[in-house]
Amino acid sequence: MGRYLTRKLIIYIITFLFAVTLNWAVPRFAPGDPIKMLLSRFEVMEGGKDILESFFVKTFGLDRSPLQQYVGFWRSLFAGDLGVSISQYPKSVFNIIRGAIIYDFIILLPAIILSWIIGNKLGAFSGVNKKADNFLMPVFYFLTSSPYFWFALVISYVFGIVLGLFPTSHAYSATMRPGWTLAFIWDFFLHWFMPFLSLFLVQLGGWAIGMRNMIIYETNTNYAKYMESLGATERLIRNYGFRNGILPQVTGLAISLGTIVSGAVLTQMVFSYPGLGYLMVQAIKQNDYFLIQGCFLFLIIMVLLANFVIDIIYMFIDPRVRHSYSGEV
Amino acid sequence: MAGKDFWKRHENLYFAVSNKKVILGVTVFLAIVALAIFGPMVTPYDYEEFAGRGYQPPSKEHWFGTTIMGRDVFTQVVFGLRSTLLVGFLAGTIASAIGLVVGFVSGFFSGKAPDEGLMALTNIFMVIPSLTLLIILSAYLPYRGIATQAIIVAATAWPWTARAVRSQTLSLKSQEFVNLSRISAAPTFRIIREDIAANMFSYVFMVYILQFNGTILSSVGLEFLGLGPTRGISLGLVLQNAVNWNALHLGMWWWTIIPGLILTLMIVSLYFINTGLDEVFNPRLREM
Amino acid sequence: MAADVILDVQELRAYYRILKGDVKAVDGVTFQVRRGEILGIAGESGCGKSTLAHTLMLRKPPLTHISGKAVFLGQDIMAMGKETFRKRRLQDISIIPQYALDALSPTKTIGTFFADLVREHGLPADSAFFERVRERLRFVNLDPEVLDKYPIELSGGMKQRVIMVISTILNPALVIADEITSALDVSSQRFAASLLVELRDKGIIGSAIFITHDLAILYQIADRLLIMYGGHVVETGPVETIVHGPRHPYTQALLSSLPKVGVQIKDQRLEGIKGTPPELLNIGPGCRFRARCPYRTQRCEETPATENISPEHSIACWNYRDIGGEQVG
Repeated sequence: MGRYLTRKLIIYIITFLFAVTLNWAVPRFAPGDPIKMLLSRFEVMEGGKDILESFFVKTFGLDRSPLQQYVGFWRSLFAGDLGVSISQYPKSVFNIIRGAIIYDFIILLPAIILSWIIGNKLGAFSGVNKKADNFLMPVFYFLTSSPYFWFALVISYVFGIVLGLFPTSHAYSATMRPGWTLAFIWDFFLHWFMPFLSLFLVQLGGWAIGMRNMIIYETNTNYAKYMESLGATERLIRNYGFRNGILPQVTGLAISLGTIVSGAVLTQMVFSYPGLGYLMVQAIKQNDYFLIQGCFLFLIIMVLLANFVIDIIYMFIDPRVRHSYSGEV
Repeated sequence: MAGKDFWKRHENLYFAVSNKKVILGVTVFLAIVALAIFGPMVTPYDYEEFAGRGYQPPSKEHWFGTTIMGRDVFTQVVFGLRSTLLVGFLAGTIASAIGLVVGFVSGFFSGKAPDEGLMALTNIFMVIPSLTLLIILSAYLPYRGIATQAIIVAATAWPWTARAVRSQTLSLKSQEFVNLSRISAAPTFRIIREDIAANMFSYVFMVYILQFNGTILSSVGLEFLGLGPTRGISLGLVLQNAVNWNALHLGMWWWTIIPGLILTLMIVSLYFINTGLDEVFNPRLREM
Repeated sequence: MAADVILDVQELRAYYRILKGDVKAVDGVTFQVRRGEILGIAGESGCGKSTLAHTLMLRKPPLTHISGKAVFLGQDIMAMGKETFRKRRLQDISIIPQYALDALSPTKTIGTFFADLVREHGLPADSAFFERVRERLRFVNLDPEVLDKYPIELSGGMKQRVIMVISTILNPALVIADEITSALDVSSQRFAASLLVELRDKGIIGSAIFITHDLAILYQIADRLLIMYGGHVVETGPVETIVHGPRHPYTQALLSSLPKVGVQIKDQRLEGIKGTPPELLNIGPGCRFRARCPYRTQRCEETPATENISPEHSIACWNYRDIGGEQVG
């Protein structure tokens, strides 16, 4: 058990190192020397010179060796200093991200959890009911095949424009003042619903298909045969099958997180929903390298943490991990 | 023609071509590919050309309507389809090739150093959200051609194939007929070729289809964000333009819904083929 | 039907219906199982003995019951409704499967499995029940704390014994032991086989059908023997008669191909039976052993009828009178 966790932890640490290094290296070595460009832009801004002194010297000081710059980058990272945004000058990257990250959580967490739970239940239902399966499977396939942003557009069109039920952009109306008032919460909810719905539905298809296949597989195993031979009802066999089938679904969740987060980026673009994804893409359009790097970093950290949490949960539900001594299942 | 005898010998092939899902999937897929290949030849317009009045819904002159500036949507879609499919195909092939080698070597030497190292590498690439990585890479490259695009997309897509191939290799390795070859002191390469590779073919083919789906979606996502090939038109770019011009708010559903629908249908068709083939190669799932 | 016959199988036919045709794996099998006896069913791989077990206990497509009856405790189980038969499983008729090593679901403890299974038959999983379970576990040299363990924590031998306890927990009138020793080492084989005899002797189980290819074990534990070849029953009789005085050419060849203790290869070479078993797909009439039989005649093109050599000893061969008995081993 300990070996399993340690092994995972090492992978995540290495991944983090890799991501940070990539983050640091790419702008430095990309063609067109974006750094020089960045420097010159900052120079003309008010107070830009001071920025140059603090952050730049540490990471991009051109008179220092790459290794010193790399170390400096890490130092500023741990100090929480991610630089200053150009597009939202003079706000610090860290503060901008702090404000945006809540929007990611608020659409991602419910979408992931609900789609996983409901998707698995629907998939299990489909796996045992042939008639329902023939109807549901194409629907699931359609959902999972849809590009996240296109599906978001369809949702936006149908519910937002044709039916006019929901606003199609931003997190809340420009006229509203944020606060714990009923009016604001309702307004926030209306803006939240479509981005959430599109993320929820696309993922739902994938989980349903996965569990449906697992149920079919599990009800054809030797243990299922044995149970049936000894007079177990189909219901009990299905329950046992579900309990076993849920395991790869948990692992699958960890693996899919990267894709889901990417999907959220696209969805945010469609709805101009101000999460990290939206922020990052806007930053790219404006060549705001510090902001880009900051967003990327935070997204990676979120994904790594989520992965680790899922690994721990998995450990508790699969007895084979707890009792065998190999790291890999 | 050998007739009935041929089918009896290639029983799997018979099942493959008579499976309803496979037939449906192949039909839709080929139809869309035909659109990409022949569409540009059939359309009288050029995709950049101002072909008519803007803001036109689908009609006889403009099958998919026109954009707000008057460009023919059908033309844009078929040319864009070409570009997107090409990137997806290239990327899928490269990713599958890398994944195949990595997964196979890893599975063959399972438990030893090459396996541990490759698996660590695979896990690292898997955890990183691929689109985010792609965005970073793409953003810093001022010029992106189709090949560059494909390589970048492939670079984040291969881990999935590697993992699948590895697990299949592992399960094959422990099967009796492989051990038999080993006991008979057959040369390693021959074991690989005859016992393992021959049985992996069907599996790898299905994995390739899934890989292709993934790379297409990644490519389109990048294109939508404006990070696709810097020249020319692509499907994602068509949709990006539509969004930028507020097509939906203006009621121009044909500009957004149709291009994406074609892509979605293509991916659905590939899934159908995959599920159908799964039934063929795993007889237990066959509907007899 | 005699008062002490608990299972009366008459002309049972079960084929695997596949695209190419019918694999006639069990083709006109007739035999009886008496109260309190251990009937051994022997034959080489592919003779249909396992298929017979499945035909009686659990038929799954493409295995189809074609014709024939199997009257168990007064009722034809081939014609029984699904739910009716389900209730009989485990309580009246049970099976110890070939695949003991993965007959248990990995995510449920042994105790949970016991409880769930017994509740499926409408019986309470109370302390009285578990007291009995613990008693049986001790009987097979297992520590009752195995009830709290997951399958991954048990060794192969332990799992085998757990399976034997599960399959016999409700004291069934008939237990089918399907190749339970085939995957074991010699001492485990002996343990499993003698355990079955003990269970019968103690009245925990009523009768047993012991299916195996291993004649040596059957000689030790079976009361009567049934030899199968190519889906047909070729010879039936008390174990002493069959082993020491086989009359069917196949049985004779089978027994003489067994290595004898003390005989070395320089004295007598070990002989197999020349040829291979027939392909059962769409097989026509006739004795299925005729291709390999040294006594074959024209008449063998017609399927042999079963005749009685003596009240207890039956054979299916046209030419047995001309062959004579062979004193073997």
